[in-house]
Amino acid sequence: MPLTVQIPFTRYLDDQGQPQGDLPGWVDDPPLLLELYRQMNLVRLFDQKCVALQRTGQIGTYASTLGQEAVGTALGRAMTDADVLIPYYRDTATQLQRGVQMQDILLYWGGDERGSAWSAPAAVEDFPICVPIATQACHACGVAAAFRIRQQPRVAVTTCGDGATSKGDFLESLNLAGVWQLPVVFVVNNNQWAISVPRCLQSAAPTLAHKALAAGIPGEQVDGNDVLAVYDRVRTAIERARAGKGPTLIECVTYRLGDHTTSDDASRYRSAEELSEAWKREPLGRLQRFLHQQGLWDEAQEQRLHRELGEQINAAVEAFRALAEPEPSAPFDHLYQQLPAGYAAQRDQWLERAGRLAGGEHG
Amino acid sequence: MAEQNTLCMVEAINLALHRAMTDDPDVVVLGEDVGPNGGVFRATLGLHERFGFRRVMDTPLAETLITGIAVGMAAQGLRPVAEIQFMGFIYPGMEQLVSHASRLRSRTRGRLSCPMVIRTPHGAGIHAPEHHGESTEAMLAHVPGLRVVIPSSPRRAYGLLLAAIADPDPVIFLEPSRLYRSVRQPVTDDGQPLPLDTCFTLREGSDLTLVSWGAALKETLEAAARLAEEGIDCEVIDVATLKPLDAETILASVSKTGRCVVVHEAARSYGPGAEIAALVQEQLFHALQAPVQRVTGFDCVIPYARQEMAYLPDVESICRAALRTLEQAS
Ligand SMILES: Cc1ncc(C[n+]2csc(CCOP(=O)(O)OP(=O)(O)O)c2C)c(N)n1
Ligand SMILES: [Mg+2]
Repeated sequence: MPLTVQIPFTRYLDDQGQPQGDLPGWVDDPPLLLELYRQMNLVRLFDQKCVALQRTGQIGTYASTLGQEAVGTALGRAMTDADVLIPYYRDTATQLQRGVQMQDILLYWGGDERGSAWSAPAAVEDFPICVPIATQACHACGVAAAFRIRQQPRVAVTTCGDGATSKGDFLESLNLAGVWQLPVVFVVNNNQWAISVPRCLQSAAPTLAHKALAAGIPGEQVDGNDVLAVYDRVRTAIERARAGKGPTLIECVTYRLGDHTTSDDASRYRSAEELSEAWKREPLGRLQRFLHQQGLWDEAQEQRLHRELGEQINAAVEAFRALAEPEPSAPFDHLYQQLPAGYAAQRDQWLERAGRLAGGEHG
Repeated sequence: MAEQNTLCMVEAINLALHRAMTDDPDVVVLGEDVGPNGGVFRATLGLHERFGFRRVMDTPLAETLITGIAVGMAAQGLRPVAEIQFMGFIYPGMEQLVSHASRLRSRTRGRLSCPMVIRTPHGAGIHAPEHHGESTEAMLAHVPGLRVVIPSSPRRAYGLLLAAIADPDPVIFLEPSRLYRSVRQPVTDDGQPLPLDTCFTLREGSDLTLVSWGAALKETLEAAARLAEEGIDCEVIDVATLKPLDAETILASVSKTGRCVVVHEAARSYGPGAEIAALVQEQLFHALQAPVQRVTGFDCVIPYARQEMAYLPDVESICRAALRTLEQAS
């Protein structure tokens, strides 16, 4: 049987930033457009900084968002404070939009759990970024089920990569979201690669959005390099979920312009030609050209923006560097709400060993 | 006055679920067949009728999902009580337990937490199909951040389940299926939880300490009675809360008796008995009059119905192990 079902695909701006047909009415909002542009630039510059900090040994492994800034920026902007984000590790853009501080993100990738203990009001109920692939999809359904049980008009939004859509827990979650008509939105960042494994080796489905069909929920594709298209479709899906009309799967078609993480070397498995082709479609230049055409942006503004963002990022890096070491007892302090009595001896041994190491004593 | 009824363990569990759902609107129940059917063992009987489909949820048949949505619900402050139909099917949920439930609090330094309960039937001896007789509690007890609880009587099942549901951290509640309907006991519906980190001393004695939990306590208590006929006075400890382990009660008993036998259904190697034996020799080496003995399941695949009884610790094996500790010259 041929797979004839057509999955809708949305794109408002082409690679050159030229509008494709009529733009939705909400686009006529210069402050919003400028805000999205500013934010995407912040993400790109901050991302570069993170990679540089990793290269100089100041943070650990980092998963760059390069080329996928539009997805998280649009997504984070489309969510309200009442909603809950259940992200994965390539969500720097989304987290920043939710109010998580750059300093927190540096802390996290710097190997410090305090980086997931943020207090940003919109994000206090957000999950920490998820490393075991696709496991977060289940959490999103649980959060959405809690909203449904308590009859709260809130939405759970969860993200994952193209590779994640091959996992059972992703599919189990789509299935449940359909049966229970949960207020959840699944956003797939299809950046064409799962480390070195290309999209074509993940699934024979014509699109990843097709996976929604068997779960009985709407699935659609959007040009993930077009921040306007992502914002429009994600916002629609969120409001649909909020209105009690059920879940949506949105596949954002992007490209991972960077290595998988700072530990990876993508030149081992993909061609320079493919990469340079993909650069022609990247999201920042596209929106910038559109803003130029609209008379909303010029070179002087661009330079000023970069200067401002650079200062903001440097201040965050300084704040990160200035932070005190974590409490030595932290791994035991938060193991259980109250540490069971039987742990007292282990905690003391830990403190003794940690104290010796902190004191520079080795061996 | 709270009503008192003579109940079997599965009825006591059901009573605790009714009580918890009545007292706390955040308690929700989910799993396979837990709705109108009341669970395959009837542990959730009547909950659906009483509390409705919003709070008593039949899920699709997907254990990773059941465990994972419990994490999401718990992070939102609900108190999900999820049923995994048999312990043999808990494994798809292990990733959620190990990588999420047990460490959400720690990973977020207390910003989020995971007050959830996974209930599942435990152990062999009911002539069930393959994969329905697992006792792999050591896998779970090994995980920092989890609690592992296993009752051995209707009354303790009631109080421990209430405590598990009220606990702010994830609890694995193992229900010995062999005991589900075998023993009846008066149970008062008083809403009183039992402590989650204290062993129960079921029988006091001075010659040796028998340490066990779950269904194996049935044979352990029988062995203690038989040994008593021979003038051997056993203390019997029910480690109902395997994780965290109440070392204090066990050590206090062994320092009194000088002898210890651990009895468990779980396979021998790396089983909880090894942990308890190690603990005892670390702390009480000089008080010990004999090496700690273990009577356990075997390091073979748990046999299907025809041979499963040979797998379980029997009264005779426990008595022999006890006698071995007494034969040691002191
Ligand atoms: C369950 C699991 N298996 C393997 C890994 C190791 N791993 C980390 S990222 C990754 C690829 C994920 O690709 P994708 O879902 O497309 O997301 P992307 O990194 O491309 O954004 C793998 C295999 C993991 N983190 N979790
Ligand atoms: Mg990918």
